[in-house]
Amino acid sequence: MADTTHIAKDERIGTESFVSRLMKRPELGAIAGAILVTLFFLFTADGAMFTLSGVMNFMTPAAQLGILAIGAALLMIGGEFDLSIGSMIAFAGLIFAACVVTLGLPLIIAIPATFALAALAGTLNGAIVLKTGLPSFIVTLAFLFILRGISLVGLKLATDGSTQLRGVRDAVEGDFLRPLFSGDAFPGLFAWGAQVGIVETFANGSPKVPGIPVEILWFIALTLAATWVLLRTPYGNWIFASGGDRAAASNSGVPVRRVKISLFVLTACCATLVAIITVLDAGSTDARRGFMKEFEAIIAAVIGGCLLTGGYGSAIGAFFGSIIFGMVVIGLSYTDFDQDWFQVFLGGMLLIAVLFNNYIRKRVTGER
Amino acid sequence: MTTAPIIGMTDVPPIIEMSDIEKHFGNIIALAGVSFDVRAGECHCLLGDNGAGKSTFIKTMSGVHKPTKGTIRVNGAPVTFGSPRDAMEAGIATVFQDLAMIPLMSVTRNFFMGREPTKGRGPFRRMDIKAANATCVAAMRSMGINLRGPDQAVGTLSGGERQTVAIARAVHFGAKVLILDEPTSALGVRQTSNVLATIDRVRKQGVGVVFITHNVRHAMAVGDRFTVLNRGRTLGTAARGDITAEALQDMMAGGQDMALLEGSLGGTV
Repeated sequence: MADTTHIAKDERIGTESFVSRLMKRPELGAIAGAILVTLFFLFTADGAMFTLSGVMNFMTPAAQLGILAIGAALLMIGGEFDLSIGSMIAFAGLIFAACVVTLGLPLIIAIPATFALAALAGTLNGAIVLKTGLPSFIVTLAFLFILRGISLVGLKLATDGSTQLRGVRDAVEGDFLRPLFSGDAFPGLFAWGAQVGIVETFANGSPKVPGIPVEILWFIALTLAATWVLLRTPYGNWIFASGGDRAAASNSGVPVRRVKISLFVLTACCATLVAIITVLDAGSTDARRGFMKEFEAIIAAVIGGCLLTGGYGSAIGAFFGSIIFGMVVIGLSYTDFDQDWFQVFLGGMLLIAVLFNNYIRKRVTGER
Repeated sequence: MTTAPIIGMTDVPPIIEMSDIEKHFGNIIALAGVSFDVRAGECHCLLGDNGAGKSTFIKTMSGVHKPTKGTIRVNGAPVTFGSPRDAMEAGIATVFQDLAMIPLMSVTRNFFMGREPTKGRGPFRRMDIKAANATCVAAMRSMGINLRGPDQAVGTLSGGERQTVAIARAVHFGAKVLILDEPTSALGVRQTSNVLATIDRVRKQGVGVVFITHNVRHAMAVGDRFTVLNRGRTLGTAARGDITAEALQDMMAGGQDMALLEGSLGGTV
């Protein structure tokens, strides 16, 4: 590099400050939002909200949504939408419950079978979007209704006319895979915590929090895995590229079709995981399972910094977006506010997030 | 105008040689016999007005279109390109006008898009970000651009800088022939000269450059040889010094009409 010394630095490009570097992180908005919401509840809510059991209380719905939101975020970064994930939960719940209750299959067969069917549905979604070139919004909107309808009809067939399929809990009693998808992890640790006085106890000496609900562990594991994939693997680079500019990515040798279809499969599988966890938890499944979850997941992803146009966003952002969601839904019951304010709050957050994201995108690309 | 080979270059065989290429789209004849070749370390300008067939020709050279007639030889051996990937593997890289750049992504991520360097194995196979950043910054520096950082988004670069990233990327990944589709057409004066300087750098590294343009002044600034395309035909190839800018301009426009027009405009075009 002999000829490098004479290259003068362009005097019009100032050095970037730490703050403006920070501003370019996609998850910044969600983290700031989470801090604000925490502060809000610290001042308005009952102190019980931020005890260990209170935290588990709002982290559980946050985790159930978050598993979906991570999948939705990756798909959005890849430039597509999936509006069918809510219905997918009902569909996967039906398949799973039917496998376990009607067919009496053990979890080691029922769970892979459910995931396989979900993957097939995801592939179908993706294949139609890519083959026809239609917006994924429309194609998956169709599947929102198709899957919901199949779930209703299927439930009636499986139960002779009821829209609820019960008996899951009895059917999986004692199955060795159950603790992976249901209940609380590390009960021994929490029992020990109760004994030494770290964990609060009931009058009879048993811990108030028996363990960490498994969905929270799934949620954290999925966030870490998704972040690693996005930022540290070639596949992550392909996701950003496919969402940023499909033609440019494919001209540069990125297998855009494969990337997008795999992302549709991922969102379907995330929905399936939520279905399995919640069906095991409730012991039954019904046709309304996962209702409206597609919108909540997309909202969490957008609050997490994902652009609606694709090519930008982060899994960590979706993680915090989901926590904000859980805090608001559960936290309002600790305050004097009417709980139904949460929808207003959510809509407001979405609007602010979109405006903020647009501003950030302009900063990143240097648009004026 | 002469078609004789340049003295001193006769013993250098062309990297790619296209002879009598014809391309028909249904009953439309886009190319009606085009011959063109590129040698290592030269800049061969392909000039032509809009609609002359420049785009069709470079798409044929880069494997997007298959020629209806004519032969393509790479290092003397006849080849057929089934896809752009075939052409890329033969060392022919094309920088199209859209540049295949994604503004929201960092320079490094764009640079290695689709060809990411990895380390580790199995489930731990990951992008070697450190090596990628270092390579990218070094490659850009060798083209005369000092990046603020490898994580700078491409969207914050100027048009000329983006062009340079695309060129540096093609050269880094082993381009022997670099086809540049109107790289200067949307640029200002300063940025144009930067891109022309980049072309000169690349040429000195031994890459054969095909510079497509309709601007005679830009072509004259860096070109070693000039070929004019008009109405789907080549009107021959001239070496630097054998032809004047005015003659090239005339051929591009198709002769007499332009002379008339130029007269009425006082020779300013």
